[in-house]
Amino acid sequence: MMVLNKDTMRIEKEQDVVPLRNRVKEFAVRIGMGLVNQTKLITAASELVRNMLKYAGGGSVLIEAVSQGRDTGIRLTFADKGPGIKDVLLAMKDGYSSGKSLGIGLPGTKRLVNEFDIKSTVGEGTTVIILKWKNG
Amino acid sequence: MDRIPILRMGHFLLVTIQIDLYDRLATTLESDLVQMVFKTGAKGVLIDISALSIVDSFMGRILGNIGSMSKIMDSETVVVGMQPAVAITLIELGLELKGVHTALNVEKGMELLKEKIGSNGEELVEDDDGAE
Repeated sequence: MMVLNKDTMRIEKEQDVVPLRNRVKEFAVRIGMGLVNQTKLITAASELVRNMLKYAGGGSVLIEAVSQGRDTGIRLTFADKGPGIKDVLLAMKDGYSSGKSLGIGLPGTKRLVNEFDIKSTVGEGTTVIILKWKNG
Repeated sequence: MDRIPILRMGHFLLVTIQIDLYDRLATTLESDLVQMVFKTGAKGVLIDISALSIVDSFMGRILGNIGSMSKIMDSETVVVGMQPAVAITLIELGLELKGVHTALNVEKGMELLKEKIGSNGEELVEDDDGAE
């Protein structure tokens, strides 16, 4: 996979969420992603960045425009140094939530994107990578 | 501090969300609205989200909360103007907007509110403009 363009944003407070969404939108518009896919991608980003703030107090987001063959897409990497998730499989189950949210965070987010990868180590942090193809 | 303005129109409260809300702004709107329902005795709350490009689970929860809280205080909530892409995303995300009614636009939302209040057998006294 080739990276065409990238940017990193620090997330430290809730006011950072809207600028992040706007930046992701700029990237998506630049590769010509349609409105529905844009909306799905930005909503997914919003869910993940909220999780990051809530459970880890912040982190960083890497935004990349990528291409593979004739496909182009946006890849987002959310990395935090929070407490980590004890049971990732459980966290990916519909209806599960350790916080007081609706419990649709991770599995709901996964449905909005084409690729979803999560790695977490207790005591070290969590990294979530999502990818949305332009026509995905 | 930033605030979303709440307009009073007859028996209804009208809110137009024109900017993407960050969390504190949304929770402030939630408490402001419930306070206003209490103070004015409004029978209906209309929230226009046509300018919102995304509604995530947090915003969805806020809208649901406003609906449920208002309901307890004898007021109906209608969310209007949701963009198609937002509706598609919400459903795929698995979020149903429980506790709120929805309508296509402000006009239809107003009609719905009037219907709801009428069907509850409430009298629309003091003929303010806006209420019939």
